[in-house]
Amino acid sequence: MTRIISIVVGIGFTVAVLWAFAFGVGPAFSTFAKHGQFVEPTAELELHKVAHGPEGGFSFDGPFGKWDYAQLQRGYQVYKEVCAACHSLQYVAFRNLEELTYSEAEVKAEAAQYQIPKYDPATSEVVTQPGLPTDQFPPVPYFGTGHPPDLSLITKARHDGSNYVYSLLTGYGEPDPEVLAKFPDFEVPAGMSFNPYFANVNIAMAPPLTTDGQVTYADGTEATVSQMAKDVSAFLTWTAEPTLVKRKQTGWPVLGFLLFATILAYLSKKQIWASLKPRKKD
Amino acid sequence: MSFAWARQYEPQNAFMKWMDERLPLPRLVYNAVGAGYPVPRNLNYMWNFGVLAGFFLVVQIITGVILAMHYAANQTVAFATVEHIMRNVNWGWLMRYAHANGASFFFIVVYLHIFRGFFYSSYKAPREMIWLLGVVIFLLMMATAFMGYVLPWGQMSFWGAQVITGLFGAIPLVGENLQIWILGGYAPDNAALNRFFSLHFLLPFVIAAVVILHVWALHIPGSSNPTGVEVKSESDTVPFHPYYTAKDGFGLGVVLIFFAIMVFFAPNALGHPDNYIEANPLSTPALIVPEWYFYPFYAILRAFTFDFILPAKLWGVLAMFASILVWFFLPWLDKGAVRSGHYRPLFRKFFWFGLIPCMAALFYLGGAHAEEPYIMLSQFATAYYFLHFLVILPIISSIEKPEPLPYSITDAVLGGKAATEA
Amino acid sequence: MAETTGTVTPDAASMAGEDGFRRRDFIHIAAVSAAGVGGVVTLLPLVSQMSPSRDVLAASTTEVDVSAIEPGQAIKAEFRKQPLFVRRLTPTEIDEANAVDVASLRDPASLIERTKDGHHDMLVTMGICTHLGCVPLGAAEGENKGDYGGYFCPCHGSHYDTAGRIRKGPAPANLVVPDYEFTSDSVIRVG
Repeated sequence: MTRIISIVVGIGFTVAVLWAFAFGVGPAFSTFAKHGQFVEPTAELELHKVAHGPEGGFSFDGPFGKWDYAQLQRGYQVYKEVCAACHSLQYVAFRNLEELTYSEAEVKAEAAQYQIPKYDPATSEVVTQPGLPTDQFPPVPYFGTGHPPDLSLITKARHDGSNYVYSLLTGYGEPDPEVLAKFPDFEVPAGMSFNPYFANVNIAMAPPLTTDGQVTYADGTEATVSQMAKDVSAFLTWTAEPTLVKRKQTGWPVLGFLLFATILAYLSKKQIWASLKPRKKD
Repeated sequence: MSFAWARQYEPQNAFMKWMDERLPLPRLVYNAVGAGYPVPRNLNYMWNFGVLAGFFLVVQIITGVILAMHYAANQTVAFATVEHIMRNVNWGWLMRYAHANGASFFFIVVYLHIFRGFFYSSYKAPREMIWLLGVVIFLLMMATAFMGYVLPWGQMSFWGAQVITGLFGAIPLVGENLQIWILGGYAPDNAALNRFFSLHFLLPFVIAAVVILHVWALHIPGSSNPTGVEVKSESDTVPFHPYYTAKDGFGLGVVLIFFAIMVFFAPNALGHPDNYIEANPLSTPALIVPEWYFYPFYAILRAFTFDFILPAKLWGVLAMFASILVWFFLPWLDKGAVRSGHYRPLFRKFFWFGLIPCMAALFYLGGAHAEEPYIMLSQFATAYYFLHFLVILPIISSIEKPEPLPYSITDAVLGGKAATEA
Repeated sequence: MAETTGTVTPDAASMAGEDGFRRRDFIHIAAVSAAGVGGVVTLLPLVSQMSPSRDVLAASTTEVDVSAIEPGQAIKAEFRKQPLFVRRLTPTEIDEANAVDVASLRDPASLIERTKDGHHDMLVTMGICTHLGCVPLGAAEGENKGDYGGYFCPCHGSHYDTAGRIRKGPAPANLVVPDYEFTSDSVIRVG
């Protein structure tokens, strides 16, 4: 009886799902016959490109990666002079900047440049005060088109984030004319910019890094667009995960110990089971 | 426990004797995982995963209790407190990454444990109760993991909660009210976040309680083994300690190496980037997917795309729940007398060339975009999934001719000669 | 462990020679010790996560601008989420404090010891009664300053003098002077 019921139920589900298959298979294969692929080709899909890293990669890449503090400081400068006009950094506190090897006094001076809104319970008003090292970066009011995201976590909130930010910042340009010829209707909406690394290739952010020397680096590094993009991507990787390098550095001794302990456990196990082996010859 | 030759616990000193007469806890441990529990001597490494699952339950409870010390279940600050844990709390990043990846490893070892059960028919009499309790544990794990994923209150948390509670909305008549009742509102919000946190904290302890029942039920008939032949004499068994404590210790070391690699070098590889964006009820992510361990069931849910008598959405929900509930009936669907897949030629073929590819496909398809050809493939895989458990298994278990079994576990260990003599 | 191993089957005992036992023991002891060390080291982060987090530690020093305090006035500031009293003493109050015979006090200390050189008119104390932790009165305008013109704790009636020393009532010790320094004439840095 159980088996009869189960076979009926099983066939029920199978018929229902194959019914759906029967309806879907026609359209799917007619798309395939027409385009050679199952998905209707669109300009967005064909123009989209996968993110790539800067030449030589980042210093923090790989299991032995380390921060390049001079680069992080340059990246902070790019953020401050370019990105900060629209993008906030609200999960980062000024005191965190000390990790970029800024001195306590420098951090204090840095914080004081920002006006931090604080709620005063006595007057029920929000008043702004100069920032303290313990404060976090303040919200950034924005009134243009689009929604500039907070950048604290941006490199973790995008797939392959560090490379994505670098590719996005250096990827502005014109759409591939060959693809355009296939999709004559494609055009970048007014007020938007074309960027093949952005999800739907049309991004509201105007190219932020446009000319070499846009930022004058304090350490004299030549500020090419690619250099600025690389530095700010590194900085935003740090803001997303300040513990990244510490994490990898903690991992090695842990792995080493586990390997050692596991080998001991294996030898111990082998030794214990060896006592059973001679019985084979009985 | 149930074998006559099981060694008896003998208190080693006066204090242990005093203890044994008042609270025989050491005796219980001795009989459960000590030298007092005789275990088949031929268990292979697939039998390690039960202990490993228990280990990861403990990891999850410890790291979870710690995270709860720093987390706040309030829609305005939940996301920020997670970042507080990552940035400010001493070793907070380690606790959170261990908890997030610990959930994945818990599911990995439990899936291997379940598939060990499928292949060796561990669910068959007299072990049905162990199996049923195991399925209950798996259901509780799924509920716990789902609610845990909501807590960071990222985009995937929010939209995952929206989609999964929406499944209940597909139930005729009561569905809509049921969904509102589960959420305590019309969309995931503070009420839902708080109750999910409360239940996410509670359920692991319920799981621990069911695990105790699961292990208790195991000790009545004793462990199954790769031959599927029951223990006949003392030479078929070895004491759990030191033989299997040592083997489990080694297995634990190996799994911890993989765990450490994930936690320290790729902690976000199994997560979704969108969950690092704070929940926004006004903006839906391009692709809503659950955590990877739900992919097979999510693929089954999405495979039903056209109405057939019932609405497609209801079919999807029914099929998704049925795909797990069917496991409850396995002991009665598979009536073959032989347990181990090693001696069941037909069963073995359907296992390796049917169920395994089908599950692998469902794991892949659940995470793919809902577009062709993935939809067609998941429809095939879903059809096979139900056919396998509900049609193929009952039929082959009654028609198949098993290969000759060894007389005993000892014979199987000692080689072919002894087996033929028997 | 080795003992149990050796007695599991008769063969095991017979095959293990003198040297065999020693080597077996060593491996098992090493393996179990490694597991033990791993377990103990794992406890460290589990314990240390309860210590103050980095944001709390960063807020453990506070800077207070004391330039606006007139003689005879006091302000209440916040230091490590606790009240901090900063008071500029009048010459009369300083004289009163210095007139007391230090040896006769319950908790002997002079005003000179309790203030910084060059700023003996600036009394910086925690606003926490040393009895049971209430916040004493006397810092704000018009509050009861107690019998000795300093601070008065309303909970159980402890009286502190103009140097914040306990003079009367149940409190066992003077108001605590936290670690602080003048970073300039107008700013103190506490903690």
